[in-house]
Amino acid sequence: MNAYHVQVLTFALINVIMATSLSLINGITGQFSIGHAGFMGIGAYTAGVLTVVYKLGFWPALAAGSLAAALAGLLVGLPTLRLRGDYLAIATLGFGQIINVAIINIPITGGPRGLTGVPAHTTLPLALAGAAMTYVILHNIIHSAHGRAMLAVREDETAAEAMGVDTTRVKVTAFTIGAGLAGLAGGLFAHRLMFLHPSSFDFIKSIDFLVMVVIGGSGNLAGAAGAAVFLTVLNELLRKAVELRMLLYAGLLILTMLLRPKGLFAGGVRRGRA
Amino acid sequence: MSPLELLQQVVNGVQLGVIYALVALGYTMVYGVVRLVNFAHGDVYMLGAFVGFFAATRLGLGFLPTLLVSMAACALLGVVIERLAYRPLRQAPRIAALTTAIGVSLLLQNLVRLTVGPNPRGFPELFTQRTLEFAGLRVYNISLIVLGVSLGLMLCLQYVVYRTRLGIAMRAVSLDKDAARLMGIDVDKVISVTFAIGSALAAAAGVMVALAYTRIDPFMGMLPGLKAFVAAVLGGIGNIGGAVLGGLLMGVAETMVVGMGLSTLRDAVAFAVLITVLLFKPAGLLGRAVREKV
Repeated sequence: MNAYHVQVLTFALINVIMATSLSLINGITGQFSIGHAGFMGIGAYTAGVLTVVYKLGFWPALAAGSLAAALAGLLVGLPTLRLRGDYLAIATLGFGQIINVAIINIPITGGPRGLTGVPAHTTLPLALAGAAMTYVILHNIIHSAHGRAMLAVREDETAAEAMGVDTTRVKVTAFTIGAGLAGLAGGLFAHRLMFLHPSSFDFIKSIDFLVMVVIGGSGNLAGAAGAAVFLTVLNELLRKAVELRMLLYAGLLILTMLLRPKGLFAGGVRRGRA
Repeated sequence: MSPLELLQQVVNGVQLGVIYALVALGYTMVYGVVRLVNFAHGDVYMLGAFVGFFAATRLGLGFLPTLLVSMAACALLGVVIERLAYRPLRQAPRIAALTTAIGVSLLLQNLVRLTVGPNPRGFPELFTQRTLEFAGLRVYNISLIVLGVSLGLMLCLQYVVYRTRLGIAMRAVSLDKDAARLMGIDVDKVISVTFAIGSALAAAAGVMVALAYTRIDPFMGMLPGLKAFVAAVLGGIGNIGGAVLGGLLMGVAETMVVGMGLSTLRDAVAFAVLITVLLFKPAGLLGRAVREKV
């Protein structure tokens, strides 16, 4: 493996964190969020600004980035998760846009010119550890009582509520955890790319993660992780043909939904008998 | 800002607002009958501008024929999109339909980008631009045309929805699809027609935006599309008068923010408005709150 391969693999693992954490919100809890890149941006910029401007160490900066994103997730989640389906989608999309505008307008982030000089700390083993940790955390959540409650919310919110599940609390929890993990991915991303630009966290990026979850299958963590690696590598191969890549994404989204509305490899979590 | 400048901003805002309103009408009508946020609607608006561009440059058509050609082409496109991408998913979970809509949006953007290239094109001047002055207010003749055509289209729509059998059928489908079908309404046909009308309105908005701002590119539909959706939600989604009101408010608010010298924030305005509305008045300004039935 040369340096380029290591780089691609590192990004693939960071995307695994993004895809699986979105899967918790989107696939497991059934809340349609299309602003996931916004949380990644918060984590990346918080961690980046802390190491570049405030000369903070890498580890505390990484933790701070993750916490900041989780906090943002909580703040965004509390009001918006009362909304259902398509309203939530638009609200999270709007949130992503606002984050982008905010990054451009806050001077300390370097604005539209980007933030340069972020030290390189993220290595391949570290990214691997991050992805593995995320996977284990999410796997454990899904197979705990909390995870069952999340699935219940996805399957039928009204029925879940009738069974005594505090649906708002469950949704906000999933959203906050997902956002925090996205923030972690952002911090890792910042200290690998060593340069941050608002466009790295825009709407198109959120769509990338959505495609990973959709291809991986709704509620299938391993599927989302596999799709993240596959699509990251595919992206690299199609680097010269951006239009083709987006056409492919569009086709994948439409065809997957038409032919297998629950995603290509849906059903990672076994359902009880009705 | 002096009162005159303020008024000038309002005038500019109204021009932008009627465009948002036209696009918002399509969102609101489609949402009314199939409960789907048609993410691709903004891209239909973009295609409207491009069809207009080719009609005007290649065929050398004047303004009205250009407008009509573009509206007809996009009406057809809207019907095709509904038939191929949305109809098979009508019984599927709403997230599936929404994901497909995002896919259709990306598909349209990138198909256009692949065929005409990513660079912006200059839209031909179908009118010589002139400035008219009313008591110190400066108005372009093109603005007046945009305003006139938009109002005309809205009145037509009002007539169709509230005065024709088709309109009754549309409102019936929007109220209760199954009951409408039992009453002998061809629900699929009504949905197709709704997509056609909504898409034609978006195409008209696209052509007029191209006329007023003279720059078109494959991604021009994304932000205005989202803002128009916000306008529809602001007015109360599913409500035709609400879409017009929401569009006008959005246009004026955005122009004001730019007028105050905060142009970098203009794209955040819409979403800040959206989140505030959803928090305090989720049914929108003119919408009626509907309790979810169990």
